[in-house]
Amino acid sequence: MELSSRSIGTVQVLLVQGRIDHAHANAFEVAMAPYLAACQGEQSLVLNFSGVPFISSVGLRVLMLAAKQVKTQQGRLAIAALTPIVAEVFQVSRFNLVLRVFDTPDAAAAALSS
Amino acid sequence: MKLRFWGTRGSIPVSMTTRDLRARLRHALLDAAVRAPLGEDDVDAYLDGLPFDVAGTFGGHSSCVQIETDGASHVILDLGTGVRPLGQAMLSRFGSEKPQTYHVFMSHVHWDHIMGFPFFAPAYIPGNKIIIHSCHADVAHAFKRQMGAPSFPVTFEQLSASIEFDVLTPGVPYQIAGLTVCARLQRHEGDSYGWRFEQGGRVVVYSTDSEHQLNDEADRVGIIAFFANADAVVFDAMYSLADAISVKADWGHSSNIMGVELCQAARAKRLVMFHHEPAYNDAQILAVLAETRRFEEITRDPALQMLEVLSASDGLELVL
Repeated sequence: MELSSRSIGTVQVLLVQGRIDHAHANAFEVAMAPYLAACQGEQSLVLNFSGVPFISSVGLRVLMLAAKQVKTQQGRLAIAALTPIVAEVFQVSRFNLVLRVFDTPDAAAAALSS
Repeated sequence: MKLRFWGTRGSIPVSMTTRDLRARLRHALLDAAVRAPLGEDDVDAYLDGLPFDVAGTFGGHSSCVQIETDGASHVILDLGTGVRPLGQAMLSRFGSEKPQTYHVFMSHVHWDHIMGFPFFAPAYIPGNKIIIHSCHADVAHAFKRQMGAPSFPVTFEQLSASIEFDVLTPGVPYQIAGLTVCARLQRHEGDSYGWRFEQGGRVVVYSTDSEHQLNDEADRVGIIAFFANADAVVFDAMYSLADAISVKADWGHSSNIMGVELCQAARAKRLVMFHHEPAYNDAQILAVLAETRRFEEITRDPALQMLEVLSASDGLELVL
């Protein structure tokens, strides 16, 4: 899975594209690994999910592991721009309660920078 | 084949509070106040039109499910507090003069799954026969210990029915009570076992107190095979997925999301969510049901039959 990145100040924004289901969760985890490793101390990471049409349980597990890793490293992580279906999956799974979710990458970056 | 649910709550029995009841009455009275005056003949129709979390309840008994078959003996899954009203129903139907045979299949022997047995009236009636099937070698010890002094006034040995323990081997199909029965090891502290029952082309899977590790592919494949083409899968959906893989990881329970995904992959016909979180009230369980149905809709393969999603309640009857 290809991830494209850009920076907003000290915040790294990753654009994620494609379904994150049983067939693609492992690729998502591998692609995100270097960015997670770098997310330490004052660094923040925003996952722009505007290109993700669906995420299943195994994809949500990758997000949970990412959140735990970043927390251990004292970095900060947020998700932004959920598509309507993914927003529903976050609601049903209650991931909206354990991850910081924002409407836009800019809003996420501003919140994590403050 | 029919499933009858006598206890559907997880971990510990619960009961409705005065505050809960008052909120329901308030809702119903406010709703009625804006309608034309109800005649006596209209009341039942009015009550039937109220939401389930106002006019009904999921109940509070711990795990107990009955499978009604064509056979003469009775089949019971787990002996939580729901087995007390089940026993009363048996006495009302058969009295104490007609000996009955009960085949019980245990998921495991944690308290909430055995605590109803000392209150199972048929166990006190001579002539009745109770066979407790389990994959736990220490099943007899668990039942005798909970009735030992100082925890209970009647010892296990004082029960008048004939009671046998039958330790089975998971993965081996058995013919019991006219059913083909097979158990599967599940992830739960102290181990638990799911049961697959087949009779006359109908399949029921009872899979409670089971945690699913999302990174264990072999386990996933095995579960899908165990659930394959079931008419109903009674599934431990106690937690949200987020809780099940974070703060409540290793607590031995699963989620509604996992239930849908596994049942869809197994091409099961019905998912029956079970072992409800005791902290949830009826409105919360109803909301989870609506969300889970929506998740099933989102993830449904249009080429396949839809998965019917239900939430078990004490008293629910499901004809397969």
